[in-house]
Order: sequence, then C-alpha cells, then structure tokens
Amino acid sequence: MRIELVKRPQQSALFSALSPFIALVLTLVAGAIMFSLLGKSPLDALYYYFVDPLREIWSLHELAIKAAPLILIAVGLSVCFLSNNWNIGAEGQFIAGAIAGSILPVMFPDFQSWIVLPLMLIMGMIGGAAYASVPAFLKTRFNTNEILTSLMLVYVAQLFLDWMVRGPWRNPAGMNFPETRDFHQYAILPEIWSSSGRAHWGFVFALVAAVVVWFMLSRTLRGFEVKVLGQSPRAGRFAGFSSSQMVFFAFIVSGALAGLAGISEVSGAIGQLRPTISPGYGFTAIIVAFLGRLNPLGIIAAGLILALSYLGGEAAQISIGVSDKVVRAFQGLLLFFVLGADTLIHYRIRFVGSAPRNAEVSHGNA
Amino acid sequence: MGMLEAILITIATAATPLLIAAVGELVVERSGVLNLGVEGMMVMGAVTGFGVALTTGSPWLGFLAATAVGALFSLLFAFLTLTLVTNQVATGLALTLLGLGLSGMIGESFVGLPGVKLGSIYIPFLTDLPLVGKLLFGQDPIFYLSLLLTGGVAYFLFRTRAGLTLRSVGDNHASAHALGINVILIRYLAVMFGGACAGLAGGYLSIVYTPQWVENMTAGRGWIALALVVFASWRPWRVLAGAYLFGAVTIGQLHAQALGIGVPSQLLSSLPYLATVIVLVLISGNRRLTMINTPASLGRPFVPDR
Amino acid sequence: MKKTILSIAAAAAVLSFGTMAAEAKVKACWMYVGPIGDFGYSYQHHQGLLAVQKEFGDQVETAYLESVPEGADAERALERFARSGCNIIFATSFGFMDATNKVAGRFPDVKFEHATGYKREHPNVSTYNSKFHEGRYVQGVIAAKMSKTGVAGYIASFPIPEVVLGINAFMLGAQSVNPDFKVKVVWANTWYDAGKEADAAKALIDQGVDVITQHTDSTAPMQVATERGVKAFGQATDMIKFGPDTQLTAIVDDWGPYYISRVKAVIDGTWEQQDVWHGMKEGNVVMAPYTNMPDDVKKLAEEAEAKIKSGDFNPYTGPITKQDGSEWLKAGEVADNGTLLGLNFYVKGVDDKLPQ
Repeated sequence: MRIELVKRPQQSALFSALSPFIALVLTLVAGAIMFSLLGKSPLDALYYYFVDPLREIWSLHELAIKAAPLILIAVGLSVCFLSNNWNIGAEGQFIAGAIAGSILPVMFPDFQSWIVLPLMLIMGMIGGAAYASVPAFLKTRFNTNEILTSLMLVYVAQLFLDWMVRGPWRNPAGMNFPETRDFHQYAILPEIWSSSGRAHWGFVFALVAAVVVWFMLSRTLRGFEVKVLGQSPRAGRFAGFSSSQMVFFAFIVSGALAGLAGISEVSGAIGQLRPTISPGYGFTAIIVAFLGRLNPLGIIAAGLILALSYLGGEAAQISIGVSDKVVRAFQGLLLFFVLGADTLIHYRIRFVGSAPRNAEVSHGNA
Repeated sequence: MGMLEAILITIATAATPLLIAAVGELVVERSGVLNLGVEGMMVMGAVTGFGVALTTGSPWLGFLAATAVGALFSLLFAFLTLTLVTNQVATGLALTLLGLGLSGMIGESFVGLPGVKLGSIYIPFLTDLPLVGKLLFGQDPIFYLSLLLTGGVAYFLFRTRAGLTLRSVGDNHASAHALGINVILIRYLAVMFGGACAGLAGGYLSIVYTPQWVENMTAGRGWIALALVVFASWRPWRVLAGAYLFGAVTIGQLHAQALGIGVPSQLLSSLPYLATVIVLVLISGNRRLTMINTPASLGRPFVPDR
Repeated sequence: MKKTILSIAAAAAVLSFGTMAAEAKVKACWMYVGPIGDFGYSYQHHQGLLAVQKEFGDQVETAYLESVPEGADAERALERFARSGCNIIFATSFGFMDATNKVAGRFPDVKFEHATGYKREHPNVSTYNSKFHEGRYVQGVIAAKMSKTGVAGYIASFPIPEVVLGINAFMLGAQSVNPDFKVKVVWANTWYDAGKEADAAKALIDQGVDVITQHTDSTAPMQVATERGVKAFGQATDMIKFGPDTQLTAIVDDWGPYYISRVKAVIDGTWEQQDVWHGMKEGNVVMAPYTNMPDDVKKLAEEAEAKIKSGDFNPYTGPITKQDGSEWLKAGEVADNGTLLGLNFYVKGVDDKLPQ
C-alpha cells in the first residue's frame, strides 16, 4: 500500500480551519502514549502541558513575553522566505540589535531622559538591519550564498557580545562578573499592565509588526513584488523588479525586526546585557515562520503555540517530573503533527494498493 | 611524532565528522531536498553509537548502529517532506529538536561512563615512517573511510548514470519526472544516505573523537556541516577543503592561545566562522559556475500529477 | 456585614493554611543552567538534590528544572517554582542572580538560595559559593612536582572571577614548589563541548605541557591526556574511570552537606539569610584520592590539603606578585574575600592575557 497525494484544485477552507485540531488530536494521542510509556499519567501530563500555563494571568503574561521575540523575528523572516532569501541568521541580528540598542544606557548612563528608550529601539532596529545587510551585500555583490554567511555571522555575534560584556562593557560595580550595568529607569521598556504580570511592550510591537507586514504583503505592490521575485526571479525581472534590491529589502526588514526583538528583550525582560540573551529565538523563529505558513497573522498563532509548548514543558517538569529531554522530544512531535496536518489543506490523501505506477507524462508543480 | 604532524592529525580528527556529515547532506541537497536536521540525526548517531559500542564492546557495531539509526531517523523526515510534502526547512528544524530530546532520553544512563574507543591503525614500517608515518598510515579507520566516501560520492555524482539521474532530479524534478524517473524514490534514498552519514559522523564523535556521551555533544557541528555544503557549492572535494579549512583554523586558534599571543579569545574563537565567510566570498565570484552547481529544485516540494 | 464575613473567611483560610503547612511536606526545588547529564557542574548540583532525597526521604518533596537559559526564562521558571509550592529554591548559576532577587521580592515566604552571586536584596535570599580554588592550589603543588617540562596546560571556560581565581591558585600552588613554573591557558569559550576541549588538550600537549587541568566540564581532556601519556586532573566530579592511569586527583564539588543543612533549616523553621563561602574545611570541596604519583608527591599534596582544611592557611597569602610584576600582597598578608570574589588579574607566571 502506498500513500498518494492528490492536489486540491484550491486550498480547502475546511481543512485550513480543521488542520490545527487534527494536529492537536494526533499530538494528544501520541503524547498520551509517550507519557504512559514513561510511567506518567497521560492526563496529568497533557493538562500541565496545554492547560496549566493558560490558567493564570501571570502565566499569560509570561506567554506573551516568550512569544514576542518569536513573532517579531518570524514576521521579518516571512518576508525573507517569501522572496526566496534564506536568512537563517536572525539569531545574530537579534544580538546585534540588542548590542546597538544598549549603547546609550551602557555607555552614557548619565543621559537620562524619556527620549532614551525610543532612541534605543531605533538603534536596535538599525543594528539588526545593518548586521543583516552584510549577507545581503555579500549575496548581491559577490554572489555569496546567504545560508552560510548569515549562519556564520550568528556565531560571530555571540562571541562579540561575550567579549563586550566581559571586556569593555563590563559593569564597573558588578564584581567583574560578565554583565553590563543595569539599565536605568528611562531605558527600561515598560510593562503593559504591570499590576498583573511583567509582559512588556515587546508583545505589542510584535502584534503591530505582524499586522503591518501582513498589510504590506497582501495589499501593496511591494508585497506583490516580494512574492513574484520569490516564486520566479525571471518573471520578476520581466516585470521590472530588481532582485538585488529585493535582497536588501528582505534582509533589512527581517534584520530590523530581529534587532527590535533583541533590544525589546534586553530592555524589557532582562534589564541589562549578559553573555547569553537568547535561548535560540532566531532559530526557533524559523519554525514559527513556517508553522504560520509565512503569513504574519498565522505567525502570531504559531508563536503563541510554540511559546506555550515551552511554558507547558516547564510546568510538566515541575509538577510531574517529566524530564527536559522528554519535553523537547514532545515538542518535536508536536511540530511534526502540525506540519503534517497542514498537508490536508492543499492535498487529498489517497491510500492506494500496489497498483502499477501511472506511466503517462505528467507535470510536477515546481 | 613531530609537532606539525601532531597538529595535522588533530585537524584531521576535528574535520572528519564535519566532512562525513557534510558529504551526506551534499547528496541530499543534490537531489533537491534541504534537510536542516543534520544536527538531530548526528546526535542520535552519537548516542546510539556510544550505547551499542559500550554494551557490545565493539566499536564497529557501534558505528554500524549509528549509521543505521541515522538513516532510520531521516526516514521520518523523508516521510513528512516527501510523502506528506511538509515544509522542508521547518521539518528539518523539528527533526533537530526531536533528536536532541530523544538522544538525551536514551543517553540518560550513559552519562559518566567511559566509552569504547576505536583506535588508530598500525601498519608495521609505514606507520613508523618519520614526519608523515602517523599522518598517512596511523590514523583511525573512519578517517580513511571519510576520504573514500568523499571520492566515492564525487565519482557517483559525476561519473555514473545513477549520479546523473540524482542530479537531474535535484535540478528539475518536473522534467525528471517527465522522463519517467521516480523522483520521490530517489529523494527517499538520498535523504536516507544523508541520514546514514550524519549518524556515522555522530558515532565518530562518541567513539573516536571523545569516547563518552554528554547531552548535546554535537555542539552545533551539524550546523557547520550544513554550511560547508553551501561553502562547497555542492561539490564533494570542496566540502573536504572546507572541512579541513574549518578544522585548521579551529585548531590554529587554540595553538595561538596556548602560545599566549594576548588577543581576546572570543576574537580567536570567531576566526573559523569568519575565515569560512571570507574564503567563500573569494571563491564565489564566478556567478555562472555557482549557478551550474546549485540544485535548482532545492527545497521545493514535488508531487507527481496523476 | 459583608466585611465581617470576609474577615471570618480570611481567618478560616489562615487557620486551615496553618494546619496544612504543619502537615505538608517541605518542597525543595533546584534550577540548573545545564543538563544534569553534563557530568560536571549541573550534574554535581543534582547529586546534591539526590543527597537531600536520601537524607530526608518522604519528609521532603523535590523538583528540578534543567537547562534553564539565563535571561527572561530564568525569572519565569523561578516564579513557577514559587507558585507551585516550593518552600526553598536553589538557583545554581551566577546568571540567575537578578531573576532570583526579583522573584524573591514577590514571594517573601519562599526561601531563595543563589549560588556564586553577591546580591541579597531581600531577607529571603541567601547566597552560597564554594572555594574550588583551594583544590586548585593542591593541584598546583602536585603539577609542579610531576611535570618534567615545568609547564602545565589549563583549559578554561570563560574569564569570570571564579575561573581566574582557580588559575591563580593553581599557579601559587605550583610556585610554592617550583618558583619558575609556567601555566599555559586556553579559553574554550564553552562550559562543555567535548570535542573542543579535546582539541584544546591536544594543542596544549603539542606545545609541550605534560600536566593538564581544566575548568570545563567534560571528561574529554582526561581521555586525551590518557592517549598522549600525560597526567591530568579531574574537574567537578571524580573522573578516575576516564583515566585510571592518568588522573592525579580531582576537585569534587560536594553540595550535599550544604543542601541538607539548608533544607533542614527550613523544616526546623530556623532558616536565616546568610552568605557563605565554604571550602575544604566544611566538606564542600573534596579531593579525590591521590593516584598515579610517587609517595613523596602524595605526601606533599596531603600536607597542603591538611593545611588548608585546618583553616590555618589561605592559598592567597602574600607575598604575591601580580602578572605585571607589581606587588599585590605583602608577606603574610591575606587577600580579603571581596577582592577574591571579583578577581580579574593574574599572578606572576601565568602565560596569558585577561580581557579588560
């Protein structure tokens, strides 16, 4: 028996709506089996995983904190991926943005005014965009593959941050530990609703960015250009679009958003620069971007789901002693089911017996 | 053993796992599939290889198991991306997450146990040659296998009919399909070959390089392997050059530190990454040459019409 | 009327809570920066958790979180701990410092213990640390005796005071035997990457060192030393299994006694804020058996260990000269803990430069 896919004439609206639920059911079943095998009560495990983090307000705040950088970065990446630019270095751009945005509070701690925070955010975006334009420049000028350059620049950024916080930017009052001075009050990104939890404005930025980029992609000529050049550079050139300009556009947009995520995380959630400021947001955001089907509005949902899987994993570890490895493996499974269920939107699945393969000439859908 | 020879051997050991994993991924990408799950397959290979070598006492069985598990694990990716046509980038990243988690679960009882090491070969007289004896005739067997593998893949891709078929699938799956080639089958096989290589590379880490199991012991090497395929513009011998360049700069910076040259270690540590970028810039000036070698269907989904 | 009902309800709640607390077990929670499978730093802290379980059995409930990233995640993890009923929380990495203090402010009834930090902004935060460097001094003594080339290799993780403290202590121990002894330092820029640590060990051996010590977590350097026939010291755990003919001794971090005492204090209701820096004397730093060395070296090492253990001797006792040749401590002068905890310069003889 073989599984065969038949392309639907158009996207199935039914399955667009249903596929997340199908994925959820499959995940629940697989999770239940996995947790039972590990000797844990599957119901408890799934409860802590998916429900517990959503039960309390403070935890919802934490969900927003965790989702904000993922959404911000993934929204930017969607522009890159749609235009066929393989930026996998958002982690580095996140760090570059965090460093550039921290210049004022770290180097000029006495400059205290309400203008500091807006300047920091702008400088963060510039930092991220500038760092992202390196692979863009190398791609357009030297024809260098951006997968490699953007990835390698991640490691360089991490090591540079490490050097900064241990060397020139070390907190003079910090007992020589690797961290910068604490940001002063004007450099802290405020909490949205501070009486109930610590979610900061970064989450709002993420939502705004998603809506703006969604509008740009679906309602403007520029968005059309992104998609045309992404699907067929040749057709794009015939239409008079410049592909090298698009490379810069895509990298700068995604770099700026990653940079904004970086400085928001540092000034909102952490309050200073440290050797590690990201648990791999730039890489996780790649998953988020595709999970959201490269649609900025879908990305909001995808970012929240992924953030939930981290929070839920933590709750499950504390409450029923599931180990961190189980949590990660389960996260992988969850993603597989979500990705797999999406197939139903575009294809019907047919199970065929071992019939001989059709030999007629046919066309792939490249 | 002279100092230069010792350094070269250290470089070879550092480069071998990168080379094996990258050559495997090269075949995958040449067939038009982008599998970002190298890190996950590699770490699965590392834990299996370690466990089997430890329980059976045979490093060779360890390598066999690592290779097999790498291939099996990649089947999961193949089923999702080729049969269910899921997005390759996201699926590959999910595979990495799953691999890191699963390997940690499997390896929990292996922590803190010394592993079984596959030793270096010894050929009387040849290995004892001055200056080059150990370098040429005294390394571990997998090192030689990695060179054979590179040559074999180069030969297969560019000198055999099957290799031509595989490349044509990667360059234009629609016309390959029109010619009656079973695109999906070939991609399945390519992905499994890549998985097997990644598994083997992981086994190299836990059986030869450092015979022990620690969680996440691949420490990003799968990502470097991915980058090396791009660095090499999808050509096997260039992968070899890239892996050795990366290894040489990595080891070189450690030596520079041990000499006490007083440059910040973070700068030195970032040299391998910078060097790779700079060399790639220098060699990718020829746009046409790069275009020829880039598999045009890379990462694009394929569903045969029926 | 409404107010009375409310206050009655509140009183009842307090009462029932009170009785519950008397019956309920104490919950102790640990947060690790790495996986417990690192066979190094986090592994040893987890051994401490297991020691607590063994000591108290059913009396104490334990929970832990591993691989918690330093940054925004740490604060959330701590908050979840506090809300899930933990009575005492051990945050075992320096990077959790600010998060610990922030969360402690929100949960005054929960006790927080932060390892290797210096901030205690609330009365329910204690800090604790371990004088690993005392063991380094003993290692230095052994290394200077065992080395034929007069140069030891030091694989370091990150330039933080704790690591610098260790390098200097090693150097001082070695110089107490051989004033011309040299140390070559290689920074791996990682806490554990077995392959990179192995490469660093090979590079050091190729450059002529014949004793290796490490302040990174994996056992790879020990294995490389075994292959290349040089001696090495274990780190954080006893690594003798990885080098039966290689390991001279190892510094073992034994957090068990401290954790047991602090959990006991919570059970007894005697927990108070403190700042401790325990070492060999308190059993926090333990030397693994001295192996693979002649009896005279062993005797010397045991003497050094006994001297430190008795509390009579601090490795940081003058005369000590800084790397640049200037005087740091006069003869007989002992460095104060504040300086040591923030140490960021080398003593004479270290062949490396610290980032400034």
